[in-house]
Amino acid sequence: MLEVSGITRIFGGVTALDDISFTIGQGSITGVIGPNGAGKTTLFNIITGIYSRTSGRVSLEGRDISGLPPERLARLGMVRTFQNIELFGNMSVLENVMVGLHTKGSCGLLACSLRMPWSIAEERRLRKAAGKWLEFTGISDLADDTAGNLSFGKGRLLEIARALAVEPRIILMDEPAAGLNSRETLGLAHLMEDIRQMGVTVVLVEHDMELVMDVCDRIVVLNLGRKLAEGTPREIQENTEVIAAYLGEE
Amino acid sequence: MQLEQILQYMFSGLSTGAIYALIGIGFSIIFNATGIINFAQGEFVMLGGMLTLFFLEALKLPLWAAIPCAVAVSALAGLLFERFAIRPLRRPTPLNLVIVTIAGSILIRGLAMLLWGKDTHAIPPFSGDEPISIAGATILPQHIWILAITLLIIAANKFFFYHTISGKAMRACSYNRRAAGLVGIDVQRMVLFSFVISSVLGSLAGVIVAPLTMTAYDVGIMLGLKGFCAAIIGGMSSGLSTVVGGLILGILESLGAGLISSGYKDAIAFIILLLILFIRPQGLFGKAESERV
Amino acid sequence: MKREMLKFLLFVVLILVAPLAFKGGYLLNVLVFVGINTMLAVALNLLLGYAGQISLGHAGFFGIGAYLSGILTATCGWNPWFAMPFAACMVGILAALIGFPILKLKGHYLAMATLGLGIIIYIVFNETVDLTGGPSGLSGIPNLAAGPLVFNSDIRNYYLVWTFALAVVLFAVNLADSRVGRALRAVHDSEVAARVMGVNVRLLKVQVFALSAVISSLAGSLYAHTMTFVSPASFGFNFSVELLTMVVIGGLGSVYGSFLGAALLTLLPELLRGAQDYDIVIYGGLLLVMVMFMPGGLVRGIPHLFRKIAGIGEGAGNA
Repeated sequence: MLEVSGITRIFGGVTALDDISFTIGQGSITGVIGPNGAGKTTLFNIITGIYSRTSGRVSLEGRDISGLPPERLARLGMVRTFQNIELFGNMSVLENVMVGLHTKGSCGLLACSLRMPWSIAEERRLRKAAGKWLEFTGISDLADDTAGNLSFGKGRLLEIARALAVEPRIILMDEPAAGLNSRETLGLAHLMEDIRQMGVTVVLVEHDMELVMDVCDRIVVLNLGRKLAEGTPREIQENTEVIAAYLGEE
Repeated sequence: MQLEQILQYMFSGLSTGAIYALIGIGFSIIFNATGIINFAQGEFVMLGGMLTLFFLEALKLPLWAAIPCAVAVSALAGLLFERFAIRPLRRPTPLNLVIVTIAGSILIRGLAMLLWGKDTHAIPPFSGDEPISIAGATILPQHIWILAITLLIIAANKFFFYHTISGKAMRACSYNRRAAGLVGIDVQRMVLFSFVISSVLGSLAGVIVAPLTMTAYDVGIMLGLKGFCAAIIGGMSSGLSTVVGGLILGILESLGAGLISSGYKDAIAFIILLLILFIRPQGLFGKAESERV
Repeated sequence: MKREMLKFLLFVVLILVAPLAFKGGYLLNVLVFVGINTMLAVALNLLLGYAGQISLGHAGFFGIGAYLSGILTATCGWNPWFAMPFAACMVGILAALIGFPILKLKGHYLAMATLGLGIIIYIVFNETVDLTGGPSGLSGIPNLAAGPLVFNSDIRNYYLVWTFALAVVLFAVNLADSRVGRALRAVHDSEVAARVMGVNVRLLKVQVFALSAVISSLAGSLYAHTMTFVSPASFGFNFSVELLTMVVIGGLGSVYGSFLGAALLTLLPELLRGAQDYDIVIYGGLLLVMVMFMPGGLVRGIPHLFRKIAGIGEGAGNA
């Protein structure tokens, strides 16, 4: 589904990522972990077109997407969520999800302003679809609330609902469990399984080891910009290098 | 075109360029310490000239006393501006800051107009107006004053920012505000300082150029914008780059006005501004910035 | 949706009926300008309030529309009804071309760049004396006419201008609650998230910029034909700031707020007839006070104030 090969990123004098390569299988849930500063978010930003890479390739379903901007990637089926949840704070919860449906509509500037009949029908369709996604993530009751006023946990769910509205083939989540309590994290784990059931591939950067080991099929470990290890949760847990990286040498 | 004429344009360009440089440094100091572009900067330049005039004519002070008084009052204005308009801002978004500083500039300009009317006034040159001949071109003593005072200010600037505690503290704020606060620097006071220093620089610039270009309640707009242009060319540095930026601007403007058309003189600065912002927004000497998400 | 329509219809009624309150008075002439300024403020609001892009040069587009209409009709004898859309097209193309590089800039830099653009345009008006008449302005611009009906009186101009202004208001109201409107507001709140959702932010910004310029140009043409005279002084930096003030005071992102701001700032100088020179100070003061104490503008601040005074608690979040 997603293939990352030889991704390297050098910022000035710092090599943030050095020759990162791995493959993500379709329908899997993969975790990318590593100590702070390992380059996980940088990697995500490169894959999702927000940073440029110094060298290397990214391909999605066999198609080279290296260097494509996020708006193109959305139409190719890739979407992401952010560590610091980037919600549209001044819009309602429902409207946030409707922005997620942007690529599902085609009404342009003039058509919208002139209220062409087909734009009204489209609007109704989008509203309904948005409601469906709110239901899926369990926040229908908050539909008319201002997004900026949501609690962190609900905000996360909104961000995921919004991302799912794009109907992606693959969703990348940057530390989705950050700031969630254990009950919310459990809910998140279930949600990820539901997402997988829909046929969407999930990749997540995470620090919450319990969640990662619980939910992921495969794990990629980064450390100091390099790929340290790759394998099943069990394999990673028993990998001495990984343990050393996290806990320091004995 | 004879060489003398070109030389003439270059000399006058150098001195106006020096003025732009001073104003530009004022912009940079505030920007570096706070991330704010102070739209009102030009008004402090105006205040320098107008206040000097006021002290000269209304209070009959001699020139050497009028100037420091004018600068002091401008500094006070800068302090009040920061304290009462900038600091209390609840949501310091770029838009709000732009609006507040524009509002401030309007207010200051309006007050100046109420106090002193709309006429243009002349301030006597510092040491007479006997033209001096250099290589066939004539310059006025005031030009020399401008260049000398600018050099002095640049040197003082360098000294302040690199060799005094307060200066270093301000630089620390510009590199990393939070860290500066954590090591005990009073960030709010540094912000205040930056406004005060900038208004001092601005008003000085206004005083030394006023004998050449006359002064009025609305000279601040153009001078401020051109000073900003100088700062942009120099990449928002509070040192040599902005000075060079100002000189380049001044010379290009002067040459353009002389060789092409004087009506479009003001447009030159803005065309340069747009070109730089489009092509190389970090200035001629700055390094490109990458965005963090 | 129905609520919005109702609001709009009420507004239409208000506008239709207003002249009766100002029968034959001098104020009717001012109301024509309220209409023109409403168009300009709404146009700027699209860019500033929805998309969050600062422009301090909008008086420039207003001016180009006015001068193009003026020159084409007065000097070249064109039919005003051709000149107006032609000018709007030209302005739209110019704005689109400039928009691509200029909207790469953000925040202060965008503000300064648009400011510079506006001033360049102003200087061109002043310097191309053969075309524009320079600082003394261009006179002899014909009124608009619909067959035998010539728009040469305040009351006729009032309805002419407000027909356009109401259309613009409706346009903006429709846009707000639509796919594109949401995309714009999303860009304002988080550009990167909007991109991730598939919004072509760059293109959208340019589109709004161009649209905003086109509306301003139309307003300029109307201004030229109702005043029959234009001069550069009306199109300088001061007016751009005035427009900004209208939008901010009324309330960013609120169409009716823009109307309120436009009305207030157009009527204010008339109410301050005696204290003429104080208007600059009052603008600056108003702007400062608004941004510090009522950043949401009058449209949000006044209801908020009422609620506070009436003791009603802070409840549902309200956009």
